[in-house]
Amino acid sequence: MDSKISIKNLSKSYGDVQALKNINLEIESGELFGLIGPDGAGKTSLFRLLATLLIPDSGSATLCGFDMVKEYKHIRNILGYMPGKFSLYQDLSVLENLNFFATVFNTRIEDNMDMIRDIWLQIEPFKDRLAGKLSGGMKQKLALCCALIHQPKILLLDEPTTGVDVVSRSEFWHMLKSLKAKGITIIVATPYMDEANLCERVALMQDGEILSLNTPAGIISDFDRDLYSIQGKDIYQLLLDLRAYPYANSVFPFGQSIHYTDTRDDISLSELKDYLISKGQHDIEISKITAGIEDCFMALSQQNIIQA
Amino acid sequence: MNTDKKVISVRNLTKKFGAFTANDDLSFDVYKGEIFGFLGANGAGKTTAMKILCGLSYPTSGEIMVAGLDVYKQREELKKSIGYMSQKFSLYEDLTVFENIRFYAGIYGMSSREIKAKSDELLQKLDLVHARNKRIGELPLGWKQKLAFSVAIFHNPEIVFLDEPTGGVDPVTRRQFWDLIYEASRNGITVFVTTHYMDEAEYCDRISIMVDGRIEALDTPEGLKNKFEAKDMDDVFLHLARKSNYQE
Repeated sequence: MDSKISIKNLSKSYGDVQALKNINLEIESGELFGLIGPDGAGKTSLFRLLATLLIPDSGSATLCGFDMVKEYKHIRNILGYMPGKFSLYQDLSVLENLNFFATVFNTRIEDNMDMIRDIWLQIEPFKDRLAGKLSGGMKQKLALCCALIHQPKILLLDEPTTGVDVVSRSEFWHMLKSLKAKGITIIVATPYMDEANLCERVALMQDGEILSLNTPAGIISDFDRDLYSIQGKDIYQLLLDLRAYPYANSVFPFGQSIHYTDTRDDISLSELKDYLISKGQHDIEISKITAGIEDCFMALSQQNIIQA
Repeated sequence: MNTDKKVISVRNLTKKFGAFTANDDLSFDVYKGEIFGFLGANGAGKTTAMKILCGLSYPTSGEIMVAGLDVYKQREELKKSIGYMSQKFSLYEDLTVFENIRFYAGIYGMSSREIKAKSDELLQKLDLVHARNKRIGELPLGWKQKLAFSVAIFHNPEIVFLDEPTGGVDPVTRRQFWDLIYEASRNGITVFVTTHYMDEAEYCDRISIMVDGRIEALDTPEGLKNKFEAKDMDDVFLHLARKSNYQE
């Protein structure tokens, strides 16, 4: 069955705040699609609209061919939604929660075990524990099981990895890969830029708009300036000195180095180095590097501010 | 960073909840003006240790001095010498920017005159003069977090504790936030910070990584990467945290 999502000119406001501005997006059947952006980008509003929990101000969307407003009841049967905030019953046990969601969708856990087995096996040892007493990683796994128990065609995951440590995050992405292999269309939202690389395509979002829509590799190849990594002994002073350099275009710290772009097409690295030495810097290392998703996001969001 | 002056000294800190050992024999020092990254997986025991260092919870055993004060006997003085900010709760949403500043500064015993002068200066620095009488709830998250940090160090504490201060903040604002941290550190304030962003771990002078209630590694970011032959901090973290035996 075709489980495409098609979004046309979708807008949503809350009072004066325009949460989504004219969003257009086509997501293919079985695609693992990422919405990447900080808090306030509009990711949750988009999810709530697609989950038929909100009505748009204008525009429309179809999921598996069903209209999000007129045919919302059909959509609810084929959609799994994991909200950003833990929304299971804290005073029911793990098993009771799962049973509850199965019953709501008029099905049984046994009939759907194939879908959730890999994840369920990890939380089964705690099946009698109250959901409220689980750790963050375990809550997240239970919520995913509950969102999958009715075998949805489309899965919406709102920031499943926020506030979760690196190990649990990497486990979670493994689970998503195996769900994708079962043919489910997945949209996952995340504020972690590095997770963009784990999606097939991503939309970079900020302030209710899509800044860029492409494969991760495509987004990176759109970065059109030469990017340099600069290292030195005193990072903070280096940052201040680079910002004061007349030809500096962008200066951002990245771990133990600084990512720098110049306003000139023809940059003279020796001149830059001399400048930094004249400022008292030493042990300077400058090398040309390939941009990452976060470099691209920052460049796009800065452009957006200038245009706005 | 000045390694002559210890601002936090922890010797054999242990904290038990019943049969469960949340902090298992921790020993480390943090120096004046240092940016100290306190990392670990969820459930590794970071929050427990941080609460003890802030004077909010007693250790089961161990000798712990913070800002020269004993965490058993001088908790009230200790609280005056530190600042604290968390991602979850920092400022009152339905108070204005200035009301929040006045509230926190008042708690730390600053005079009205001092509060007035210093808050004007702060709002100018943060480019928030126009927002002085706006409710916090109306501000974008990035501004809130920058303001929350500035409020946490408004009374000029010796140490500021930051618990995941940049969660959910956009990448540009996240970096502006770190500018404020660098600046505070340069002004001699010690910064004790937890984060899940591994690139931020590299902004720290030194990092400790907790696994199952113990400190498994403590070094400069460079030192840790060399030791574990890792390409970045993500690698170091995964290497250590995967050793966890933590069972729910």
